[in-house]
Amino acid sequence: MRVIDASLITDTVENLCIAANYCLGNDMLDALKKNLDVEESDEGIYVIEKIIENANLACTEQMAICQDAGMAVVFVEIGQDVHVTGKSLGEAINEGVGRGYKKGYLRNSVVGDPVERVNTGDNTPAVIHYDIVEGDKIKVTVVPKGFGSENMSALEMLKPADGIDGIKRFVIKTVDRAGPNPCPPVVVGVGIGGTMEKAAYLAKKALTRPVNVRNSAVHIRDLEIELLREINMLGIGPMGLGGRITALAVNIEVFPTHIAGLPVAVNMSCHATRHAEAVL
Amino acid sequence: MQYNLDTPLDKEVLRKLRAGDRVEINGAVYAARDAAHKNMAAMLEEGRELPFDIKGQVIYYVGPCPAKPGKVIGSAGPTTSGRMDVYTPVLVEKGLAGMIGKGLRSRDVIEAMIKHGAIYFGAIGGAGALIAKHVVSQEIIAFPELGPEALRKLHVVGFPVVVLIDSHGNNLYEIGKKKYRQVYTLNL
Repeated sequence: MRVIDASLITDTVENLCIAANYCLGNDMLDALKKNLDVEESDEGIYVIEKIIENANLACTEQMAICQDAGMAVVFVEIGQDVHVTGKSLGEAINEGVGRGYKKGYLRNSVVGDPVERVNTGDNTPAVIHYDIVEGDKIKVTVVPKGFGSENMSALEMLKPADGIDGIKRFVIKTVDRAGPNPCPPVVVGVGIGGTMEKAAYLAKKALTRPVNVRNSAVHIRDLEIELLREINMLGIGPMGLGGRITALAVNIEVFPTHIAGLPVAVNMSCHATRHAEAVL
Repeated sequence: MQYNLDTPLDKEVLRKLRAGDRVEINGAVYAARDAAHKNMAAMLEEGRELPFDIKGQVIYYVGPCPAKPGKVIGSAGPTTSGRMDVYTPVLVEKGLAGMIGKGLRSRDVIEAMIKHGAIYFGAIGGAGALIAKHVVSQEIIAFPELGPEALRKLHVVGFPVVVLIDSHGNNLYEIGKKKYRQVYTLNL
């Protein structure tokens, strides 16, 4: 049994919150640059240029890419041969989020009770997803999730008879309805299968995959490519001002499901789709 | 067209603006988002005065990041305007001349804009670090308890925006999308 002190987890989460919010991933930057050549609209090209300039400036000046530094979503894969000491894993993670947002001068965007809506003052609590895996390591992925895009997400319980056309129609309709709101060019996270909450979880998890990596299953990879092509026919364009580049990628994750169902969740994410990870 | 406008805005000039025009804004703009709008709506309902004279003014839908030492403000890009739709027509009636944000607006907001000659400007969502460079001062003028949602007076210089919806109802989102939308196989 390997022992990991909770303080190491706190320090790691603190650093990941800052890193994810300051510097956009190279996969995202490369996708933006590549699409500058594809975009035909003058407004669209201008917007993508500014988005790249902003991302570079934020990283150089060590400031948030976007003022919506997000609600912190944390995926933790805990090796079953690890024992965490010092305090509970959840407390350690939340302490890391609180410290990271303060130290990084990141906006506190969390209200304590969704009805009473009083800001918690330290961007906690995080939304934490735990997964027990083999081994003696802990992998932590911090996803600061902005709500301009989160608000445009949707879930539908399709019928098995809806099939692949039904899936495509729902995903494309969700992106179309979102229009300019989620800060396109977007990354579209899609979860297919499982149960209602599993599909939503998969859609979020899909956003942690680099945008230049396709699903390893051939038929899902093909669906990702086809959906991206069709989404980019919608004409929404960068920041919704009209253009060819509405999405940078469609990332799909799947899970077995019930004979009666076909759950599909679409988690929208902006051109500043951020995540940072570490393995302890 | 390209314009350089000082706040408070002159409504006669605003009538000339068309969706797609690029504008640089200079002067005071008021930073307010969800919670500040809710409070302002409550003040109007109770017959109280707003915390600032809204005539000809511009509201920027933003909740900035805290300023690092030596800086004026942290990242300060626009938030989604549609969440403020329900509070907006009454503010436009009271004289609000411009809004800066991103995203779709409701029919009620657009009708109020047409009637009273107001403009909806767009800034680039997610470009908060770049936009922060155009803010030369900030002060909280009401609702400090709201933290990032407090009502702020920002002084901006050369703040680059585009006219998303003009005071005649022309909508850049609709114009742009129509131009680039391709014939579609799936029946949405």
